Amino acid sequence: METTTTTTTAGRILAPIALGLLGLAVWQILVGVVGVSGYLLPTPMAIFSEAQQFSDSIVEAGLITGWNSLVGLVAGSLLGVVFAALAASLKPVHDMVNPFVAALAVIPIVALAPILNTMFGTTEFPRQAIAGLASFVPVFVSTLRGLRQTNPEHRDLMRSYAASGVQVFRTITLPTAVPYVFTGVRIASSLAVISALVAEYFGGPRGGLGGIISTAAASSQYPRAWAYVLASIVLGLLFYLTTLALERLANRSRAAAAG
Amino acid sequence: MSTPHTTSPAREQSPPAGDSAPAVAAAHIEKIFPTSGGEVHALSDISLSVRPGEFVSLIGPSGCGKSTLMRLIADLDQPSSGELQVFGKDARQARRDQDYGIAFQKAGLLPWRTVSDNIGLPLQLHGVSSAQRKARVQGLLEMVSLEDFGDHHPDQLSGGMQQRVAIARSLAEKPRLLLMDEPFGALDEMTRERMQTELLRICTETGASVVFVTHSIPEAVYLSDRVVVMSPRPGRISEVVDMELEDPAARGDDLREDASYFRMITAVREALHGGAPSGRGVETR
Ligand SMILES: Nc1ncnc2c1ncn2[C@@H]1O[C@H](COP(=O)(O)OP(=O)(O)O)[C@@H](O)[C@H]1O
Ligand SMILES: [Mg+2]
Repeated sequence: METTTTTTTAGRILAPIALGLLGLAVWQILVGVVGVSGYLLPTPMAIFSEAQQFSDSIVEAGLITGWNSLVGLVAGSLLGVVFAALAASLKPVHDMVNPFVAALAVIPIVALAPILNTMFGTTEFPRQAIAGLASFVPVFVSTLRGLRQTNPEHRDLMRSYAASGVQVFRTITLPTAVPYVFTGVRIASSLAVISALVAEYFGGPRGGLGGIISTAAASSQYPRAWAYVLASIVLGLLFYLTTLALERLANRSRAAAAG
Repeated sequence: MSTPHTTSPAREQSPPAGDSAPAVAAAHIEKIFPTSGGEVHALSDISLSVRPGEFVSLIGPSGCGKSTLMRLIADLDQPSSGELQVFGKDARQARRDQDYGIAFQKAGLLPWRTVSDNIGLPLQLHGVSSAQRKARVQGLLEMVSLEDFGDHHPDQLSGGMQQRVAIARSLAEKPRLLLMDEPFGALDEMTRERMQTELLRICTETGASVVFVTHSIPEAVYLSDRVVVMSPRPGRISEVVDMELEDPAARGDDLREDASYFRMITAVREALHGGAPSGRGVETR
């Protein structure tokens, strides 16, 4: 038992890493040896050395984009939870908010970027707002679903205790929903980074990862662009893994939420 | 039978009239569930009275309305017609006054709470101070032999242990009426017999009335003053069998080997399969 679990966990981590390394090797060989145009597609080696050379400014750019994503994620998640709680407890709010969220879920929110950039041209606000809008949707949807998952036996039990609406919410509805909130946040985290990054492609201050990628690509500095793409991937992973850890933690210690 | 007085918050709330009124008084109860596939006539003409301190079991085949009747008494659902009173007031008021404790067929524990916090849940909701709660929960843990598991979470417990937690929870407020829906169904035979004896002791101690749903004839006989035998489609009371046994307070494991006990088992079994002894082809276990 013990060894099987260890093996599968190790396998789950090692297998994709091995595949990734293999992919990089093939890429390196194709470009470096076989001679696919190294101008359009730099070798992994070239990208890594570029990343090393510019590491300071990459970190700086990553902090700007990361901060925008984080502000958006936190604000969007808070709004998502608040609106979901309102929608779950008040039918009129639900009827009002739900079509709005359905619309938000299907429109490409990034399409707002050029407009917001023009409106708030010299600030980071448009990126944060777009990351926030993108985060709001999955958190709202997932939380609302979680708030509806209360177990019928638990509801009967609370009724037998003649518990008040507030007591029911605090004792069973909210704790039941907590893991769903964190699932929403996990899904939102990647969207927040993508939105904040892509929003930078459409004008505004140039300091972030997205801004530099578009500038570098426009001036044909491909290794440089790729180095910043690499940094964006790392940033996205960082957000994802952090929120994944939070989700795991929430599932394990729901006792805290029960108060 | 004597009804010893105990003091509990629930008792102090209730009006004096409650002491003489029957714990449960049901008259001509009908329950019809409207479903997509037509109406389900779950209960028909149920009349039943449970005296204070009396232990009444409901027995009958699946689907004969035992759980439904219990839910009506608990005011988790309302009868379609008929009169239902609990301690002389309507069921809704009795629920609001916390006159009963309930243990469902499924344990229904809150998985994010520890065993202790599950048992203390009703006390917490009703504003009992945390010091008092702790002491009470400790006593209840000992009663159901789970004193080492107070800090565990339900998913770390076996099904039987979870059910014992649910039983402890139902007793937390020393209710004067206990509603139990197949509470021992998930327990192994040894634990089951121990819990039965323990339940009788608790009832004698607190003078609580019990409405107890079970599938087991020996269990019903061992525990009850009266066994209510029900039949399905629609759910009806087909017979009420008085247990001519020693007083529940005096019942112990030796009763399980007594001739009177087997006589009562036979009586209930005949009532259960009864009416038409020939031709029905019902298995007698
Ligand atoms: N909420 C409900 N809606 C529709 N039918 C129900 C509902 N609850 C119970 N019933 C039906 O009522 C009958 C009695 O059910 P129940 O009280 O659970 O029986 P028992 O507990 O004796 O097995 C069954 O036929 C069941 O399908
Ligand atoms: Mg049942």
